[in-house]
This record gives sequence, C-alpha cells and structure tokens, in this order.
Amino acid sequence: MTESVRLRPPTNRLNPRCLAWWRVRFALVVLPPVVVAAVLGILLVPALLILAAVIAVVGLAVLVLLPAWWYRVHRWEVTDHAVYTRTGYFWQEWRVAPMSRIQTVDTARGPLQQLFRLATVTVTTASAKGAVEIAGLDAQLASSVAEELTETTQATPGDAT
Amino acid sequence: MTARPDEGVRAEGTFERLDRRMVVMRTLVTSGIVLIAAVPAGVGIHAEGRSIPGALGIVAGGVAAIVLATVLGEYLRWRATRFRTTAQRFEWRFQLVVTRRRSLARERIRTVDITASPLHRIFGLATVVIGTGQQAASGEASVKLDPVARTRAEALRVELLRRTPAAEPEDEALGQQPAQQQAPLATLDWRWAGYAPLSFLTPALGAAVIGFLANVVSLFGPVGGLVDDARDGARQAIADVAVGGTMAVVLALVTLVLFVAAAGAVGAVLLFVEMWWGYRLDRESDGTLRVRRGLLTTRSISLEERRLRGVELIEAPGIRLARAGRVDAVATGMQQSGSSERTDHKTLLPAAPRRTVHRVTSAVLDEPDAPTGVPLSGHPRAALVRRLRWSLAPVLVVAAGAGVAASLTEGWRADLAGMAMWLCLLGGVPIAALLAWDAYRNLGHALAGRYLVSRRGAVRRSTVALQRSGIIGWTVRQSIFQRRVGLVTVTATTAAGSGGYQVRDIGEADGLRLAEEAVPDLLGPFVERTARP
Repeated sequence: MTESVRLRPPTNRLNPRCLAWWRVRFALVVLPPVVVAAVLGILLVPALLILAAVIAVVGLAVLVLLPAWWYRVHRWEVTDHAVYTRTGYFWQEWRVAPMSRIQTVDTARGPLQQLFRLATVTVTTASAKGAVEIAGLDAQLASSVAEELTETTQATPGDAT
Repeated sequence: MTARPDEGVRAEGTFERLDRRMVVMRTLVTSGIVLIAAVPAGVGIHAEGRSIPGALGIVAGGVAAIVLATVLGEYLRWRATRFRTTAQRFEWRFQLVVTRRRSLARERIRTVDITASPLHRIFGLATVVIGTGQQAASGEASVKLDPVARTRAEALRVELLRRTPAAEPEDEALGQQPAQQQAPLATLDWRWAGYAPLSFLTPALGAAVIGFLANVVSLFGPVGGLVDDARDGARQAIADVAVGGTMAVVLALVTLVLFVAAAGAVGAVLLFVEMWWGYRLDRESDGTLRVRRGLLTTRSISLEERRLRGVELIEAPGIRLARAGRVDAVATGMQQSGSSERTDHKTLLPAAPRRTVHRVTSAVLDEPDAPTGVPLSGHPRAALVRRLRWSLAPVLVVAAGAGVAASLTEGWRADLAGMAMWLCLLGGVPIAALLAWDAYRNLGHALAGRYLVSRRGAVRRSTVALQRSGIIGWTVRQSIFQRRVGLVTVTATTAAGSGGYQVRDIGEADGLRLAEEAVPDLLGPFVERTARP
C-alpha cells in the first residue's frame, strides 16, 4: 500500500482586487509597445499595425486568463506557529517560516497597490533566502496581520538565528 | 569629558589608541615608494636641462613634502582613532573634524580575526577585525583596528570572545575549564601540498608566469635577441607546416603545454605554502574554533562554535579525482564575503585526504561519525532524465546546426561543418552524458543524527551537513516539468552560509518526509497524507 504525501494549499486567498491590480500592472507593460507600434504604423510603416494588433490580442488574452489562474494559485496562511504561502504556477513554490525565527515584518504599498487599497506583507528571517512575501492583501488586513505577527514574534525569545 | 550616567561602566575600559608604530610604518612605506619614484623623476628633470644639484634639490623637496604630509596624516589618524571595551560594548570612534562612532554589543561579537602582513610583522604589529554575526550592511557590523601591537591583538581576541556569564548562564563548562591547551584538531601535513597543483588555478597561474616571462623577455629582447630567436623559430615552424612537417608544431605545442603546467604547478604549490604554512585548527577553551596559518602574512581566524551550523565538504574537480576535499564552515554572520580577503576565511581544512576530512569534520562538529561521510539515499531516475536532457540538449542543438550548415554549403565549408557535427555527436554526446550521469550519481540526502546532509554537483561535488536545529524555514519548489515526473527541490533556509541549502530533484513524497522529519512541527502541519490503494 502506498501513501501519497503532498503539501496542502494554504487556507486563504488573496484579496480579489488583486485581479484588477495584476491586470493594470500587466497592461502598463504591454500598452506602450502597442501604442508605439500603432502610431508608427499609422504614420510610417503600415506593416507595424499588424504587429500592434498581434501584441494587443495576445496581451489581452494573457490579461484575461493569467490573473485568474494566479488568483487560484496564490494563497497564504498564518498559523500559531508559522507563516505559510504558495506562489507561482510554472515554478510553484511553497514557503514556510516559523514564528520563532521571524526577524522583521514589513508592510509595503506601491503606487498601484494604493490605488486598489492593497498591501504586501514581507516576513524576513535571519536567512538571506528565507523571506516570505504575501503580496496583495487588503491594506487593513495587511496591517493587522503585520501587527499580530510582530506581537507574536516579540513574545518569542532568542536572536532567531 | 562630561560625566555620563554610565560612568560606572566607563571605568571598566578606558579609551586606548592604535599602536603608535603605525606612523613610523606607514611613513617608511611611503618613503620607500617615493624614493623609488624619485630616481626616474630626478633623471627626467636633469634631462630637461637642469644641473644635477638643481634636479636633486627639486626631487628632495618633493620627497620631503610627501613624506612630511604622510607623517602628519598618519599622526592625525592615530590621534583621531580610539577604542575601548566596556562590560557591554566594544566602542570605536574616529574624531577628526567629523566624528564617527561605532559600537558593537559584546554579546554579539562573533569573530575576531587577526592578520599580520610581512610589514606588520617586522614591527610586531597586527590588524584586528572584529565582527558581529549580523546581516546589516557589512561596514556597520565590523570594526577594523589597523594596527595594534601583536600582543594586544591576542589579548583583545581572548577578551572579546570570552563569553560573558550573563550571555550564557547555562554554560557551566566555562567556569570549571582551566586554560589548558588541548591538542589541535588538525595540523598541516605537507603531503597536502600535492593537491595544490590539481586546482583549477594551476593553468591560470602557469599562463600568468608565461605572460610575465614574455614581458621580461621583451624588455630585454633587443639585448638578448631572444625575441628574434623566437620569431625565427615561429617562422621556421610555419614554413615547416607549409612543407607538411607538422611535427615541429606539435612538439612546440606539447612543450608549451608542459611548460605552462609545470609553471602553474610550482606557482600553486608556492601559493599553498604562503597560505597554509603553520596551519593548525584548535578548539579553544572559550568555545571558539581557531584557524592559524600563513607564511608571510599570518592569519588567525576565530569562529565562535555557537554560530557554527554545520560544515560543507567541497570536492573540486582535480582534487576529487585524488579522493580529497576541503572543509568549509557553515556559520552565521559569514554571509557577505564581498571583499576578497574574506573569501577563504570559512575554510577550516585545506584539501586533504578523505580520511582526514572525516576525522576533522567529526572533531569540529563533536560527533562520533562525520555526517558528511554517511551513506546517502539517491534520488529518483527522473532526476537523471532531467540531467541528461539539460546536458545533451545544447550539444544536439549545436550538432543539428552544424548538420544544417553542412547540407546548405559546399566545398571545404561543408566539410568543416560536417566535421563539427561528427565531433559534437561522437565527442560531445558521450561527455555530456557522462557529466549528467555524474551529476545524478552525486545527488543524495540523509538525516544523520543532528544533521541534514545533502550532496550535489557534477564534477565539483559539494556535500553539506546542516544542523537540523539551524534550519529556520523551508522552501519547496516544483517547476512544471518536475510536477510531471513527481520531483521537488527542497531548500532548507538557515541564517548561516549561503542562506539556503538545496536538496535537488528529490521525489515529492521523500522530500516532504525528509523536511518533516528533519524539523518536526515546521512543515508537518501543512503536509497532507492520503492512503492510495
């Protein structure tokens, strides 16, 4: 008899506004080349119009599909003992950092995130490679999570190495 | 000086300065350089039309000005720099126009390294670097005292690394241990020098020697006529090739390769002697491991055992063939080895035979058996398939490219491309396959007592033994390709060494069980088990 062992997904999803945030962020990357190609196409080389159309169509497809996918994959969880996250699709990654080893808890809000009232919580440990990031929480939830984490970690003695 | 609330603490340590001889030392160095530079300068000025006394006057004036400036500058620096040790902190300040202070909490001091260059040694001086194990910007986390008297450096080391009773109350061994010198954990065996030429540095060193010689030859070339000889020789060789006599060229090439190899080997051995002369590894009574070594520049590197999280056994290509390896410490606070002088600071044992490696490892880790020597469990076949794919793909792509080129071109070009294709297929494919096989065979993991052991690497093999209590998190990573074949890469994150150590391409279930068993209760709550019929 065999036993299948696997990591269970963390319980919480990110805030649904992440979908919009990711889409805007992606659009900001794709839009400039489309606009440039389109303008040049109208003014100089008509062939560039086709390029603009191709980028726009592919971009739009990605814009609609990928964020929905990401939303299903990105999850997080804070238990009494650890912070646990799952990210990525092509390179899926599960990260665990125990409460007793957490050194700092940061919240950060980029300009786009502010627009959507989102925030990123970054939990660092003494390891250069051990940081756990939860990107895309509701801003208020993020600060309460950060506060809670800070309280828990301060209650734990030791220099966390 | 104003009275401060911490006056009681201050009484413990008064400020002291760097060693006064630094002014003399630095001035001598500057004078030497300036005097050497003065000769061509004087000759030049004389050639410009000045009389000899006139030229001498100008040069002497210049020399005097520079030397005086050095004396003044060094004196001011000496005046400005002060340091002291109090019960809680080590303080350093530099007060000259601006004031810079640095204060290290004594319980955080993790390293006190002493280095003495030949010049320092003439004057009986040494450089002391005091470091904390912090991740902060490296400049803030360490203080460099350059120079202090050798005896003072030694006293500082003992003083700063002695654990204060407050910092480690549960440690009773400290009080009852008399300051007796234990036998060293390892001392230099001169046979190890034989491994030095096997390093990848050897060809580079050889080439450097050849380059240097070529420069010297070209300096004296017109006198000795060596360059002309060489040129004639080369012409002759080319002529021989034209005639069809490749023997001369082959001979010349073989001679050159042999010469580079010989010069490189000699260079590597000399470098080894400079670095490892008088090597000994001690366990000091104050709970530190100490490496002492060096012929011209002597080094003393202390590492607090409390921050040792394991060791890494590195078997570099040539050295691995000789069944030897080097041992590095995996310790916290050694992460940013940015400056070149620190790169070899973590080496506890230079390349030595495996028996020695295992003995020293078990002594350093205080384990009956070296965790780096335990038998490891291998990884699934799928890991071999991945490695074969990675190593064969580039070779096959090049071969295919050459094949296409051969079919598209004609004449000698087609012949050349065809040759390249066959070379890739007959030479490249077996080599790539062997490398993949080696990389696969080297994959392995185990739990050995208090240690998690992971091995990997093609050609250059590294085996890390990481204290399970030093693991402060897990990262499990699975690419879409790994998912198809049921593999994962498990990374144990730690405060020590490179920050994370991987177990690559382990079976999914094995990897999770390994992580769960290595550190119970960390990954465990997130692991799901379902019985499968």
